[in-house]
Amino acid sequence: MHEWALAESIVTATVEEARKEKLKTITQVTIYIGELQQIEKEIFLFALTELSKSQKPPIQKDAFVIKTDKSTLSCKNCGEHWKYSDMKKKLNKTEAESIHFIPEIVFVHARCPQCGSPDFEITTGRGVTLSSIKGVR
Amino acid sequence: MEPRTSVIENRLKNINRIIAVASGKGGVGKSMVASTLALHLSQHGYRVGLLDLDLYGPSSHIILGVKNTFPKEEKGIIPPTVHGISFMSIVYFTEEKPSPFRGIDISNIILELLAITQWGRLDFLIIDMPPGIGDETLDVIRYIKRSEFLVVTTPSKVAMGAVSKLLTMLIELKKPVLGIIENMTITKSSFIEHEVQRLQVRYLGKIHFDHTLEESIGNPDALSQTHVMKDLSKILQKIKL
Repeated sequence: MHEWALAESIVTATVEEARKEKLKTITQVTIYIGELQQIEKEIFLFALTELSKSQKPPIQKDAFVIKTDKSTLSCKNCGEHWKYSDMKKKLNKTEAESIHFIPEIVFVHARCPQCGSPDFEITTGRGVTLSSIKGVR
Repeated sequence: MEPRTSVIENRLKNINRIIAVASGKGGVGKSMVASTLALHLSQHGYRVGLLDLDLYGPSSHIILGVKNTFPKEEKGIIPPTVHGISFMSIVYFTEEKPSPFRGIDISNIILELLAITQWGRLDFLIIDMPPGIGDETLDVIRYIKRSEFLVVTTPSKVAMGAVSKLLTMLIELKKPVLGIIENMTITKSSFIEHEVQRLQVRYLGKIHFDHTLEESIGNPDALSQTHVMKDLSKILQKIKL
């Protein structure tokens, strides 16, 4: 249930932003989940819904739109680009779980498939981001 | 939009005091001071957390002999309790492998740890800082606004040169500095004391070089009996810890 903590950050940030914008109701919250963080979408949505109750301004029940962002990585040493989905099968369960908690742990447990360098970067799909908030003033 | 920053204050709201053990220079004994400070406070009945933010070279777990434990996943992650201390470190996830992180990765890891760690109610959270005034120090200043700094140096002019820069920055940013500890002293030089006074920061005292300390690494009961702990306890009395 580490998803709960991330859902809490989304709900807190959404409410803060809605108050700044003087929204009376929050009607849509679009969230991107980076594939690298391997979030359980159902648990995450359940946590978002539970945490949204009794918020001011209120968040509509079906407000959350969750999209998955494919994770891509690129090597700073040789320029190779690859997908996390291709690399994931080479990681053991403990390594994958550690990346689930902190996506940057990928630099510890993985290497560039072309040159073996640890000096690569996460180009897309790192973790959870709040993309947009819609509401009624 | 970055959502994690919004939740940090909530995660830390039940912690009474947050003390960052810092230095401008590496190898001066920050981790030893942070670990023994956490042990000292825990042994005096306080609820204590220890967060090792030295992401390249974490060492508090070695000093405290932390082995075969992992945070519990419950609405975030709950740090394991080790010798009465809630202990969080990146080492749970890196398995002692090298950690080649760049600056942006460091900031992301710190944000993630602060956003997902459920500390619960604590009297003190001690942060074992990495050396210097890089990303970790700037992030602690930015995200943990209540941090108080306990600064460590050795008697070396080289160490104090770097420590002075950290102190100057902390003073400039109006961050509370509890004082300076002079660690691993061998001679009776008053160089550090004069330098610290020149910067108008409180000089707290010396921890003498302890030839037997290495034998106590990994054994908190033995650590508690060392001259380092005795010197540190005297110093901490001055700041009512």
